[in-house]
Amino acid sequence: MASITGVIARPTGYTGLWGWITTVDHKRIGVLYGVTAFIMFLIAGLEAGAIRAQLAQPDSTLIGPETFNRLFTMHATAMVFMVIMPLSASFFNFVVPLAIGARDVAFPRLNAFSYWVFLFGTLLMHASFLVGQVPDAGWFSYANLTSTTYSPNDGLDFWALGLLVLGVSSVAAALNFMVTIINMRCPGMTMMRMPVFIWMTLITSILLVLAFPVITVGLVELVLDRNFGTHFFDTSGGGDPILWQHLFWVFGHPEVYILILPPMGVVSEILPTFSRKPLFGYPVVIFSGIVIGFMSWAVWSHHMFTTGMGPTALTVFTITTMLIAVPTGVKIFNWIGTMWGGSIEFKTPMLFAIGFISLFIIGGLSGVSHAVAPSDFQQQDTYYIVAHIHYVLFGGSIFGILAGMYYWFPKLTGRMMGEGLGKWNFWLTFIGMNLTFFPMHFVGLNGMPRRIYTYGEEFGWGLLNSLSSLGYVVLFIGMLLLVINIIQSLRNGRVAGHDPWDAPTLEWSISSPPPVYNFAEIPRVEGRDPYWTTKRRAEAAGQPVAGPEARVDVSTIHMPSPSYWPAFAAVGVVLIAAGLLTHYSLSFVGGVIALLGTIGWSNEPATAPQSHH
Amino acid sequence: MAHAAEHAIEETTTGLNHRKMLMWVFLGSDCMFFAALVATYMVYRGQSLTGPYPIDIIDVPITTISTFVLLCSSFAMVQALSATNRDDQRGIRIWLLATAVLGAIFIGFQIYEFNHFKNLGLTLGTNLFGATFFTLTGFHGAHVTVGIIWLLGMLVVAMKGRLGPASSLDVELVGLYWHFVDIVWIIIFTLLYLIAGFDAGPAALPGG
Repeated sequence: MASITGVIARPTGYTGLWGWITTVDHKRIGVLYGVTAFIMFLIAGLEAGAIRAQLAQPDSTLIGPETFNRLFTMHATAMVFMVIMPLSASFFNFVVPLAIGARDVAFPRLNAFSYWVFLFGTLLMHASFLVGQVPDAGWFSYANLTSTTYSPNDGLDFWALGLLVLGVSSVAAALNFMVTIINMRCPGMTMMRMPVFIWMTLITSILLVLAFPVITVGLVELVLDRNFGTHFFDTSGGGDPILWQHLFWVFGHPEVYILILPPMGVVSEILPTFSRKPLFGYPVVIFSGIVIGFMSWAVWSHHMFTTGMGPTALTVFTITTMLIAVPTGVKIFNWIGTMWGGSIEFKTPMLFAIGFISLFIIGGLSGVSHAVAPSDFQQQDTYYIVAHIHYVLFGGSIFGILAGMYYWFPKLTGRMMGEGLGKWNFWLTFIGMNLTFFPMHFVGLNGMPRRIYTYGEEFGWGLLNSLSSLGYVVLFIGMLLLVINIIQSLRNGRVAGHDPWDAPTLEWSISSPPPVYNFAEIPRVEGRDPYWTTKRRAEAAGQPVAGPEARVDVSTIHMPSPSYWPAFAAVGVVLIAAGLLTHYSLSFVGGVIALLGTIGWSNEPATAPQSHH
Repeated sequence: MAHAAEHAIEETTTGLNHRKMLMWVFLGSDCMFFAALVATYMVYRGQSLTGPYPIDIIDVPITTISTFVLLCSSFAMVQALSATNRDDQRGIRIWLLATAVLGAIFIGFQIYEFNHFKNLGLTLGTNLFGATFFTLTGFHGAHVTVGIIWLLGMLVVAMKGRLGPASSLDVELVGLYWHFVDIVWIIIFTLLYLIAGFDAGPAALPGG
């Protein structure tokens, strides 16, 4: 089998397109995740624009019901699975090894594999646009709308198979980060000294590893129902559509915390840095995160209050849902406590972090309001829910991610992002976000259902909907400024230096951008906020703080070599899924490619022999 | 696979090897996968609208034999790891081959069973029993098949004489996976054959 590895010479270069395709460097994979997900963010954002244009006026026929259904389905599916999750993964990749003092992740090639599977899964689902059979049953695709009777074209197959492929990517990445965090910390970095972002990454990875198999089973059953004549969710064969809801939300509620815990970790890094104070109540923040992780498994049925589960289930899930607000509230008080009495610098990352807290509080409060079953009966499937989800996922997740983007951009690129444009970007996004989503609380309580393509003038929802659509325009300009800011900063942003924010964590002790090997010498830490300790100690002793330059011979450091097997195996995985949509022989070819990829991969040493010198 | 020597000197925070930890976490993930499939089966137990029902076609004695074969394969797997640690080259080859062959016999029983059920009129689309039964046992069979391919791959490495105490972890990992798949089968056999294997139509279920 070793001969298979020798068919094509092992890639050695780090440049050009081939260099990107074969890279196993966690920083470059982080960039790949970030760029892909950001492009998806813009696409899904434009889909939202078409939705808002359609809803701006009553009785509008601008895009019509069919396109409307497709757009809200793809908007939400993309934002959840192809934007927020991979943007978080981008931070996991870039930050985790740097912040725990490691040279790479535990399995660099598995990491590359995760990215390529994510990219191909995204392309597979969006190929549905090319054949005009776009998923249109909403992002949680309730049965029996998904049966072949009500969704006769292939849209739902694209959706289910695309998500299955994305699941492979997520689980592979999560396994990798769990091992990396538990097993690759530098000496002295005990669990209770890890940065909060690392902790949240760990908890998120555990949730991913345990939650994705459940949706995998649901999706497999959906594919079987649609293509192989089973009746899992089909009442005519004795099946129960509610089973889909259970499988979806047993995954779906941990998923909500998969989307929010990483941004919570991000702001937990940013608030101390810009308040010049250690995080208030570090252990409590960690334990709240752990409690959220556990409890996220005990609240799923609050998505299903109106399915007739009976009073016992309603009561239990009302209580657990109200309880899970407690650890979340604890975190919010800790963040406020961190800022309290600090010397706060209102740099752009800090503004987004504070924006995160304030908007997430609103989203959290509306969440508690539909934790109460009787209240939820009124709110179910109205725009009140749409308002809630956007306050927690846009005001929460996206604001946290943007905060992180501004915060780590200098470390990634060596250049600062523009502060002036950054502040405009923040305020327009903040105002636009509230203008878009706050009115939805009112139209929702006034009875406007979600997912309707239009509404009659006599309902009186016109004005508030116009406001929401106007808010979208403001948001759009805000995001345009973000894109301009990124491009300008990449071209001629101010050179950052290795520690522009006087930050507490290890990644700021090395140069910007970091060298391939990250740390010339593996650092040793003696407590939390290790880089602050180093700097304050040097200052107290009256010595200059040591710069980021390597003080040892770096030519002896062996980094994992690039490899083409991860991308090769990923092609196999996506072909298996694509074959189910077209012809089974394609699945067979995919299976063979995946097998060859696995054999080649396992016969290839992690570090090529020729790089040992 | 033959580069375990590099992994052996790898320093980790916990002292536990990266790949071993990865395998354990993956098995945790796989537990949830089978848990969801078993849950679907149990939820739909006795809900089939038409036959054949389990009592009509489930053959406990035959499956007891195939279960015994699979359990024996776990014994062979343990012997393979033990031979690897002792650097007993002949033993490694014999026991790896024995594990794969016993796994293949189990799969042979399953193919026979699926065919037999099909001839008796039970397919994926017949009723909920067929759908849940074939999905759960089918995915288990797929896991066993992956294990067999993995074992045969290891056998090729062993034939080249490249397995030994230094690569003990490589054998241990396939062993972890193999024993896990075996344990899952014990659960499936208990639930689907010993407990639910005698279910008749919906009305005959206790309380149904």
